[in-house]
Amino acid sequence: MNLQIDEHGRLRHFLSIDGLNRQLLTEILDTAESFAGVTEQTVKKVPLLRGKTIVNLFFEASTRTRTTFELAAKRLSADVLNINITQSSAIKGETLLDTLRNLEAMHVDMFIVRHSDSGAAHFIASHVAPHVRVINAGDGRHSHPTQAMLDMFTIRRVKGPDFGRLRVAIVGDILHSRVARSQIHALNLLNTGEVRVVAPATLIPAHAESLGVHVYHDLLAGIEDVDVIIMLRLQRERMQGALLPSEHEYYELFGLTNRKLAHAQPDVTVMHPGPINRGVEMDSEVADGSHSVILEQVTHGIAVRMAVMSLAMSRKQEKPE
Amino acid sequence: MSVAADKPARIRISGGRVIDPAGGIDAGQDVFIAAGRIVATGSVPDGFNPDLDIDASGCIVCPGLVDLSVRIREPGKEHKATIASESLAAASGGITTLCCPPDTYPVIDTPAVTELIRMRAETTGLTRIVTLGALTRGLAGDQLSEMAALRKAGCVGVSNALQPLASPLILRRAMEYAATFDLTVFLHADDHWLSNGGCVHEGRVATRMGLPGIPEAAETAAVARDLALVQQTGVRAHFCHLTSERAARMVARAQYDGLPVSADVAVPYLYLSEIDISDFNTQCHLIPPLRTVEDRQGLREALRRGTLSAICSDHQPHEPDAKLGPFPATEPGISGLDTLLPLALQLAHEQVLPLPDLLHRLTRGPAEILGLPGGTLASGATADVCIFDPERTWVLDSTSMRSSGKNTPFMGWEMKGRVIHTLLGGRLVYSLAD
Repeated sequence: MNLQIDEHGRLRHFLSIDGLNRQLLTEILDTAESFAGVTEQTVKKVPLLRGKTIVNLFFEASTRTRTTFELAAKRLSADVLNINITQSSAIKGETLLDTLRNLEAMHVDMFIVRHSDSGAAHFIASHVAPHVRVINAGDGRHSHPTQAMLDMFTIRRVKGPDFGRLRVAIVGDILHSRVARSQIHALNLLNTGEVRVVAPATLIPAHAESLGVHVYHDLLAGIEDVDVIIMLRLQRERMQGALLPSEHEYYELFGLTNRKLAHAQPDVTVMHPGPINRGVEMDSEVADGSHSVILEQVTHGIAVRMAVMSLAMSRKQEKPE
Repeated sequence: MSVAADKPARIRISGGRVIDPAGGIDAGQDVFIAAGRIVATGSVPDGFNPDLDIDASGCIVCPGLVDLSVRIREPGKEHKATIASESLAAASGGITTLCCPPDTYPVIDTPAVTELIRMRAETTGLTRIVTLGALTRGLAGDQLSEMAALRKAGCVGVSNALQPLASPLILRRAMEYAATFDLTVFLHADDHWLSNGGCVHEGRVATRMGLPGIPEAAETAAVARDLALVQQTGVRAHFCHLTSERAARMVARAQYDGLPVSADVAVPYLYLSEIDISDFNTQCHLIPPLRTVEDRQGLREALRRGTLSAICSDHQPHEPDAKLGPFPATEPGISGLDTLLPLALQLAHEQVLPLPDLLHRLTRGPAEILGLPGGTLASGATADVCIFDPERTWVLDSTSMRSSGKNTPFMGWEMKGRVIHTLLGGRLVYSLAD
């Protein structure tokens, strides 16, 4: 059973890219394209989700993702409630379920969920009432599908719709990254020519090739002739876990500079899900340079999230209430 | 460790196929029981007048099963299960002896806790419960427990359960001390530092699902270290439910070299693999983790060869809430008493190994590991007997399950092989009602 897709093949929940198909991804991108116009207008609202209640349920700190979800919901005219449950102690299963039941009792229509445990969004989606929709805003190391879709949206806008001719390199902490996992699935579903991951062995998960990527341990070889480079954020705590010796050595080997960038295609696009550690994973000259689309990614995040929310809700709207 | 018996009865079990792997018997025979013991199999002893005749036609009559690893949850976690509830589940599953690891609350690190469990088991009177004492005080991994006292109180071995030891030096000392008192050390082959808080096998599925992995090396590195220390100290050691083919090979090699080591496998690892955790199925959250399909095959092969001389349930009953949560936040373990026999029998159906060999790994095999005389139908042995219909099918559901814990990924499976009667010390403690 696919939790995410209803019996007509339409989006019910948005939990992971894994388990979706190319057609759905394209539908999300096309819908986002139509909303991109809205976010650029002076009156930035459409009434699609008027009267709906959307809860941002964040068990893990977030600024960017939560804010863009909130903006996206508001531009769809929904009512938005932000709930942050960020006490560090592990949230017990029954507590999570209790939290959910309590919110459900307030007639919530959609949960946007972020949680530090992989599988949390799936768990919630399999326990909500049938009419409630769940969108994953990041679960553990598993999945961050709206981030991946806004990245695909950005790539499509910059490079055009034919992913087949693209080489894409994802550089950094693949092991711990839910963003990387979602990007890899999305790129492969969209038939990207080649997907590479670049990192030292300590930051590459076991059997990474089984995800459908080529593994590189050398940055220059990994970005050779690529069309898109996606840099991942390096968490500072990776130094303590003996995964890396120092930020300095990481920067020397895997940090992106203009000099290194010359090995990629001349029109290479540089992306980053943010927030950037300047001088660790990339130089400011790259982050702020002409190849960078990092701020566009943020803008696109709103349109993509509007698309996902409205698609997940659309089935319900067709039914009289 | 006597079980309070009613008036000792003379029982004849007639018409069944008697399989006593320890005695090399596999024949259509009758079994005769008096005063709680087997008095004969085959021809009727002179002047034997049964008070009770049990018809075992169409059934297999074998020694009561011995289960090496059963969390009974009492004392300390009675909301999950109790000695009474799990004794009933054991009896209805043909299990007459079960071994309780020391990680109860309080920990079995004093004779008092051992006594408590034994007294409650005897009061319930449905199965024998033997205990492993803690290897270190409070299982904290740094101070030796009073092993001599634990042995005197009846503990059949010592173990640190799933808890890590502070250093290999502590393990060495603990092994030396256990050897002094002829205690078997039961080891969970897990290098705590390599496991690093993971919850699934570090492999393709973990990578896809972003679940923190436990590398195979967490097991093999621990086995290598433990074998070196067994060699050094001369202690008798048992590896509790290995999960990887490589670890099983290492133990086979050590056995070939003459080291006093044994190992078992738990039923779920013979049927499931990492693939079963796809979709975040928390019922398949096990520690140690389910590994690859190749490992599952390797474990079956090691079982056939006898490297793994026992099959256990690794029974871990839970309340429903324990499995309701995001995968890493749920409690590991499967409730397995109800399914030990039928799932094991499936291995004979699949011709992994012949039925008598399979039954050996459920009876005499584990009894030998525990240093117990049981697990046989030899004349003079305590009359712990399991009578089951090997062809009878039934469906595992929450009503057919006797354990308090309904947490099992095998829910809804059709099981083949059903216990009809269980005798404990010559007393009928279970009969299938229908």
